[in-house]
Amino acid sequence: MSDHHSDLRELYQEVIFDHNRHPRNFHAMADANHTADGHNPLCGDQLTVYARVEEGVVQEASFVGHGCAISTASASLMTEAVKGQPIEEVEALFRDMHAMLTEAHPEERDFGKLEVLSGVREFPARVKCATLAWHTLHNAITQARDTARTE
Amino acid sequence: MNAPIRMASAATSLDRIADFPILARPIKGRRLAYLDNGATTQKPLAVIQAESDFYEQSNANIHRGVHWLSQHATDLYEQGRESVRKLLNAARSQEIVFTRGTTEAINLVAYSWGRAALKEGDEILITGMEHHSNIVPWQMLCEQTGAQLRVVPVTDSGELDMDQYRALLGPRTKLVGVAHVSNALGTINPVAEITRLAHDAGAKVLIDGAQAVAHQAVDVQAIDCDFYAFSGHKLYGPTGIGALYVRYDILKDMPPWQGGGDMIYTVSFERSTYADVPQRFEAGTPNIAGVVGLDAAIRYVLDVGLEAIAAHEHVLLDLGTQELLSLPGVRLIGTAAHKAGILSFVVDGIHPHDLGTILDTEGVAIRAGHHCAMPLMTRFGIPGTARASLALYNTQEDIAALAAALRKAQKLFGTGHQ
Repeated sequence: MSDHHSDLRELYQEVIFDHNRHPRNFHAMADANHTADGHNPLCGDQLTVYARVEEGVVQEASFVGHGCAISTASASLMTEAVKGQPIEEVEALFRDMHAMLTEAHPEERDFGKLEVLSGVREFPARVKCATLAWHTLHNAITQARDTARTE
Repeated sequence: MNAPIRMASAATSLDRIADFPILARPIKGRRLAYLDNGATTQKPLAVIQAESDFYEQSNANIHRGVHWLSQHATDLYEQGRESVRKLLNAARSQEIVFTRGTTEAINLVAYSWGRAALKEGDEILITGMEHHSNIVPWQMLCEQTGAQLRVVPVTDSGELDMDQYRALLGPRTKLVGVAHVSNALGTINPVAEITRLAHDAGAKVLIDGAQAVAHQAVDVQAIDCDFYAFSGHKLYGPTGIGALYVRYDILKDMPPWQGGGDMIYTVSFERSTYADVPQRFEAGTPNIAGVVGLDAAIRYVLDVGLEAIAAHEHVLLDLGTQELLSLPGVRLIGTAAHKAGILSFVVDGIHPHDLGTILDTEGVAIRAGHHCAMPLMTRFGIPGTARASLALYNTQEDIAALAAALRKAQKLFGTGHQ
């Protein structure tokens, strides 16, 4: 077995498959007060992220859309991770996730379940799949009007 | 369990791997099964050597020097034009304009011919299976002229709806733009019949030959089309060079599109006059080494023989089709009666991009995505496909590697059980 096959297992861990097959919080949210669309024109991934923010805390987050296993699992895991978190913490997590997926793993951060996404770093062509949902949530929370893009 | 790989007859089997240095290079420690030829083909040593030789032996600017080397480079460049004429069986070499590729060739027609010929109320008819490069230039032209874009629908099997085509053709139709071979489906369109019907309606015809010229013999006089565009890099040639064929009686009256050196007859500050064709459309120093490389590529495919290449790829296409259909949950997108060597498919429960990554780790290079044909993907209700596209150096081993890698992907994803 070569390293490439262990890299592949690092990328496609069981948690990823689970969240791809059964995405959590996979629905539109009628009472959302923050929403944004994300689109990766290169691979066709498309999603909408919803959040209900009250008193500076993300009370609920959800998403709908379609994409590859990495992008779907990342979105699903994200909605779980940010629920109940203050906006500042969500924004800090967004920055740390971006660093974890693209550069060096931030040492001080315990990513918990999100750690399963770290295998993406070995597959540069797939990093954008994992970051799309996070960029979209960031846009939703900061009320950016543009569709988020990762290409 | 798995269907055995059937052996093709020796008569249709090519053995040309040794001509392509890159195919000897292991990728991630594995033999590479390169099945992304629709994106770009690998280059034979003859092409690489020709470009290198040009810079070592013949480099000078063309059409301007009185010195020997300039004349020599000019001869090589014009010899390249003659090679393209021969490849397409054009009537005369003046009908060949060098461009950066298919995209630039189509843009040239839209800018030069289109802006002069079209007006408000006119119609441009394209098809639902066009590459973005045969959609967007016409949309831009429509915005500039007030012309309307019409689209011939695609059937479920990935063929053009010819009844709809006939119905859409009319006195307002000024141009029909169609792919000779669909890059996303592999469909070979009936371009001669399409041209005949368009001409009966008084429309000109542009054919996007990007996916055709490397895989079958093309005869622009037999097709009777007005414009034909292709790229060198999908024909085993270098990137950044391609060609546009334009019927002479149309080309001679087309206004220039880029101004500069080499495209003029005289220049004064009051007024410039333009060179004869095809130089009128080749402003500035062109990609001379690219033309030399393209010339070598054309000689290479003509030497191997386009009939032999077509037969070889067809055997692999049939084999690949059988292999894919033997896998549970695999659906081919594009099942036209006449197809070139393109296998576009979707797999239940596995997104094309996940497939692309897994196949890559198995040493199988394919394309995953919308193939620059987003309207076509929308037509089939899918975000994209996985695409294996063939070339003359592919073998049955490559098809077997594709099938084995797909089984592995299905195992990894826990799908594929019947």
